[in-house]
Amino acid sequence: MKKLLLIGMLLIFATGSSFAEYRLGALFSTTGPASFLGMPEKQTLEMLVEKTNKNGGINGEKIELFMYDTRGVDAEARKKFIRLVKRDNVNAVIGPTRSGSTLAIKDLAEKFQVPLLSCASSDKIINPLNKYVFKVAPSDKHAVRKIYFYLKTKGMENIAILTAQNGFGDSGRDALLSEAEKMGLNIVADEKFRDNDRDMTSQLTKISERNPDAVICWGVGPAPAIVAKNFKQLQIEAELIMSHGVASKKFIELAGDAAEGIILPAGRLLVAEKLPDSSKFKSMLVDYKNEYESTFGESVSTFGGHAYDAFMIIKKALLTAGKDKEKLIKSMEEITDYIGTYGIFNFSKKDHNGLDKDAFILIEIRNGDWELLES
Amino acid sequence: MKKINYLFLFTILLILVLTKLLIKNEYYLSIVIFGLFNAINASCFNILLGYTGIISLGQGAFYGIGAYCAVITAASYGISPSIAILMASFFSGILAFVVGYPTLRLHGHYLAMATLGFGMIIYVFMNEMAFLTGGPSGFLDINKFTLLGMSIYGESEFYIFVASMFFVFVVMFELFDKSFLAYKLKFIKESEFASKSFGINIFRTKLLTFSLVAAITAFNGGVYAYYAGFISPVSFNFHYSIQLLTMAIVGGVGSVSGGIVGAAILTALPEFMTAIEDYEMVLYGLFLAVTIIFLPEGLSGLFKKIVGKNASN
Amino acid sequence: MQFIYSGITSGSIFALVALGFNIIYNTTGIINFAQGEFVMIGGMLIYTLLSIYGIPLFMAVPVALLLALIIGILFDKIFIKLVKVPNEINLITVTIAAATIIRGLAMVIWGRNTLNVSGYIPYSVISFPGGSLTSNSLLVIAVSLLTAFSLSLFFKKSSLGKAFRACYNDKMAASICGVDVGHIRMLAFGIAAFLGVVAGIVTAPITYVTYTDGVMVGLKGFAAAILGGLGNFWGGVAGGLLLGIFEGFFASILPSGYKDAFAFLIILFVLFLRPMGLFGKKKAERL
Repeated sequence: MKKLLLIGMLLIFATGSSFAEYRLGALFSTTGPASFLGMPEKQTLEMLVEKTNKNGGINGEKIELFMYDTRGVDAEARKKFIRLVKRDNVNAVIGPTRSGSTLAIKDLAEKFQVPLLSCASSDKIINPLNKYVFKVAPSDKHAVRKIYFYLKTKGMENIAILTAQNGFGDSGRDALLSEAEKMGLNIVADEKFRDNDRDMTSQLTKISERNPDAVICWGVGPAPAIVAKNFKQLQIEAELIMSHGVASKKFIELAGDAAEGIILPAGRLLVAEKLPDSSKFKSMLVDYKNEYESTFGESVSTFGGHAYDAFMIIKKALLTAGKDKEKLIKSMEEITDYIGTYGIFNFSKKDHNGLDKDAFILIEIRNGDWELLES
Repeated sequence: MKKINYLFLFTILLILVLTKLLIKNEYYLSIVIFGLFNAINASCFNILLGYTGIISLGQGAFYGIGAYCAVITAASYGISPSIAILMASFFSGILAFVVGYPTLRLHGHYLAMATLGFGMIIYVFMNEMAFLTGGPSGFLDINKFTLLGMSIYGESEFYIFVASMFFVFVVMFELFDKSFLAYKLKFIKESEFASKSFGINIFRTKLLTFSLVAAITAFNGGVYAYYAGFISPVSFNFHYSIQLLTMAIVGGVGSVSGGIVGAAILTALPEFMTAIEDYEMVLYGLFLAVTIIFLPEGLSGLFKKIVGKNASN
Repeated sequence: MQFIYSGITSGSIFALVALGFNIIYNTTGIINFAQGEFVMIGGMLIYTLLSIYGIPLFMAVPVALLLALIIGILFDKIFIKLVKVPNEINLITVTIAAATIIRGLAMVIWGRNTLNVSGYIPYSVISFPGGSLTSNSLLVIAVSLLTAFSLSLFFKKSSLGKAFRACYNDKMAASICGVDVGHIRMLAFGIAAFLGVVAGIVTAPITYVTYTDGVMVGLKGFAAAILGGLGNFWGGVAGGLLLGIFEGFFASILPSGYKDAFAFLIILFVLFLRPMGLFGKKKAERL
């Protein structure tokens, strides 16, 4: 027993001892229901850190990465955040993947005065504003507005929503309901499903009885693919719209034929090659996409793009400000016109997100691939 | 009747004080605090399982009810947090009584299913009653914790509070372990038939224990909510109840130290395994399986054996 | 009406899982919390055989089923047999440990992504009064019911099946009559894993496979077994179908967010009124 204890102690000290110049922390949900989102984030960050170190690091200093899995559980995110700050002494933290996990550590970021760049979408992360908390993912309301504008131009007014019973679906639902009121659209049905539900025909039957013009489904993982399949099975005559939560090739693979014709708001990354050559985003997105796909042998996902943006922003700030946390915050707030995977970031003292509704573009699934619906 | 084990209580107290004196790093302190919360819950589970034979797979729900009730009443009625926690604990005890009244007449696996179902129902309500609980996105507006006008904030201050609370509960558990009630309960567990013939009202004894344990779990949950500063339903789901079960079993069923040892080890274990993240689940399962297969009385049983051997030498 | 059709589809899977619970309960008296993991393994196996090794379906299915029997028997040998003090609670917890190990291994082997298995029969939508089903869902229902029927025949007619029933009725008497009780228990785990894998194979094209799938399926199967009365063969089938229909029904008449709560509420009520489940007896005479 004593031996075990000794080994344990040694392990603690061995892993915490080497002090590299820049210490970067990361919290991603790589297991649990949000692993769909967390894995591409983790892999992107690993890839970028390795590449930066190979090219001589930042200001000649190497970056050491400390990355933990939150399992999508808030208490775990809290524990691991304290671990990053108090044991690994990181200069800044990227993540967490989920909104709930971010909100769980928001006050800790302020208490420990560590810059946090969340990859989650909830508006509550930056509102009320916390000096140390930034958000690189666009807000749900931007995605919702994009969808609603599209529906309005098509003359559709009656909308049914079907949202997941998790943080992602819940914050999407909030945005869907509040924006619908602002834009004068009618929500005729408001249904929910659980991540591990494997049949949605009951909810969809109920929805189809209300004759909506469009059905908007907000969820991540395999469940939306099942919604798409059941939607087709029931032959519902309405437009099916998904959220950016399905913006990964995996969704098309799972839903198969049922994915055809589905419209969704997503980042430009998905259609990088199809962007006009004049687009400012094109070269950077294509580079990231090719690099990711050749490194990991799987399709790029827009969620990995959040980690990409977060890393680039923190890198820029570290380049100019160095390690001092106050200076770091200040230099992040001064970043403008940074061309990221999700749009152009313009941070300020008051805006810790820096994105607007142009973060999203509308995409249609055609012949098993993403097609630009409009730019 | 056995005497109260003062040595055990003293050891616990010593460990708690030494922890405070030696551990300054807030990270390690936070792990200890989580361990203490788990230890109280696992001990509660242990009392149900080890003394009355009730397998309750809904303990996570009582923990959650305590947490949500405490923060909701404090936030919406402006009650001081400590009173709110007491109210939450009381409410949870009453709820356990109401739920236990029909449920505890069930036996074995049927009882396990009923408590599991109760846990599921509460979990759905925590998710769906968004106007009260904030839904799956979680409850944000948790006030700062104050006790008798003193504000408690941060790992170090919370450690003192949680450790004291833990010690009080441990003393209570130890008193309970040596009380007539515990004997009565163990007697019931051995043979309901025999105890009936001795005139013990089995059902009332079980119901009383079940409600008291739910109240303690909820109290613990209320304090947890103020410590965490943010709660959402995932922390109180079925998985947490199963975790408590494994802590109680690994530590050893039917003794006060069992739940504590189990909670300490299973809270610390994942922290050592962050480097081998991918294999964490497998190793956790293996650890559990090996303990059950080779140490039927749990780790605390093993310690007792070792101590007993040394003493006899 | 749609809820009845989709309820029967998901219900027939719960029924298969409930049967697995019952068979193990009858021979060992415990609840096997790894039953849901067998379903997940079934989906993973068929995915591996079909999509990775490219084995044709008519060969892949028997191979997967054979592997299932082996997994079940190994499960008994590795986890159940070794427990030093095999009381109820230790055995239940060892199945929880085993479930965790299986899930963890599945994550390491097959990764965290959801895997897609293409349909075994051509896709078509079959209309019924007030609703519709896909051809794949019909296949699920047909295979599940067929499996249940053949299993009940096995228990009634074959000598091995009779040994099973003898074992359940009275272990001591059975062993005196020359039935090897340990052998029967091993086979029980084999059959339970077999049932799980059947369920996993038929549902894979509809529900896909993720390494975490076992948890929910296992819980629902347990609920179905309890609803029908633990240890009761046809009770398990009925419990599964009823649970599936309840779920669909509540999702279609109530705010769908609450559907799981109501499904469990019904189970609680059934238990309060009939503490031994709908079709359970103190000790059922037949398997």
